Amino acid sequence: MADLLQRVARSRDVEAFRKLFQAYAPRVKSYMMRQGADPGTAEELTQETLLTVWRKAALYSGDKGSATTWIFTIARNLRIDKLRREVSWQPLPEGHAEEASDDPAPDEELQERERRVRVRAVLDALPKDQAEVVTLSYVEGLSHSEIAERLGLPLGTVKSRMRLAYDKIREAVEDLR
Amino acid sequence: MAIMHHPDVATLMSCSAGSQPEALAAVVSSHLSMCPACAREVGRMSLIGAALFETIAPVEVASTAPIVEARAGEADNPPPPDVRPSGGAIPYPLQKRLGLTSFDDIPWRRLAPGVWDHRLPLTEGATGDLRLLKVAPGVKVPEHGHEGEELTLLLDGSYSDATGIYRTGDVSDLDNTTEHAPVSDPDRGCICLVASEKRARYKGLLARLLQPFTGL
Ligand SMILES: [Zn+2]
Repeated sequence: MADLLQRVARSRDVEAFRKLFQAYAPRVKSYMMRQGADPGTAEELTQETLLTVWRKAALYSGDKGSATTWIFTIARNLRIDKLRREVSWQPLPEGHAEEASDDPAPDEELQERERRVRVRAVLDALPKDQAEVVTLSYVEGLSHSEIAERLGLPLGTVKSRMRLAYDKIREAVEDLR
Repeated sequence: MAIMHHPDVATLMSCSAGSQPEALAAVVSSHLSMCPACAREVGRMSLIGAALFETIAPVEVASTAPIVEARAGEADNPPPPDVRPSGGAIPYPLQKRLGLTSFDDIPWRRLAPGVWDHRLPLTEGATGDLRLLKVAPGVKVPEHGHEGEELTLLLDGSYSDATGIYRTGDVSDLDNTTEHAPVSDPDRGCICLVASEKRARYKGLLARLLQPFTGL
């Protein structure tokens, strides 16, 4: 996917963009709906996410994460801005003024993919109570207090479950830088 | 000077998930601009979001790529790069919001003897409270607890409580299990950015601040 992004960045390659759209739009829309958007709004936010990808492709650099991570970040920030009508305080990973980089080093790409595979394996193996809070936070977009309320748990319990989950994830990717 | 106090891991996760209440996100993003270690950590945490993103069941999209392409043509201007100014005592994300680079230019409001604040507007619909707090040297805040999540980022000077000394860049990450009675730096006082996810709770703290001080 990173090479498709590079093609969009370098030569405004419409065919590469169409492929990116087909690969990502259905999941971006799904993400927006999980975050509480109705289908119409989710559709709009999906278009806007992919438009942002088109516009900002030149700022994407492979060494800052995979295309998936980058596009997820764009979707996440748009969600904060538009869905919750709150101004995003989180800059995109490309936040600073930087040149578009050359192709990411192949092992860099590989490492990133390997990290994501391992993270996913850890997530799949998490105890249910930990997986639940992580999903509510990352996929449903709930704050700690909202999760506590939803699950009828003390705030401290929600936070400690998040911490326990991350301990395992961190351990799993530690040897990959 | 090395940063000694960082936000809780769970707090950073909420930041990387993008699910943090706006006021708290303001404090975390300001801290990230000062703390490369936490910025790296949040970067690593975005792998969780990306991994979960990949597992979401796709939903059929009504619009097709060509429609996007047509609009993409209109929007075919890359946005201007976000150039960070150098210098200034106020963390960059906050500078952008305040439109100021120096604490001297902030229109402080006097709250109590030795205590000033400046409220930062939040987006309509946001429920928290975000403000800068300036405390004169040697002021002791009465013992108090917290409700919900509260984050304090030290921007200038220092304060100390039972958990240690907080200096520039340090974050105090409190929830309802913590009680403390901070004292500001005896020479410099302190300036901090305080975020609370609940407004009502913060009013309670202000009420306590307005009580007569010992140590003034
Ligand atoms: Zn830190």
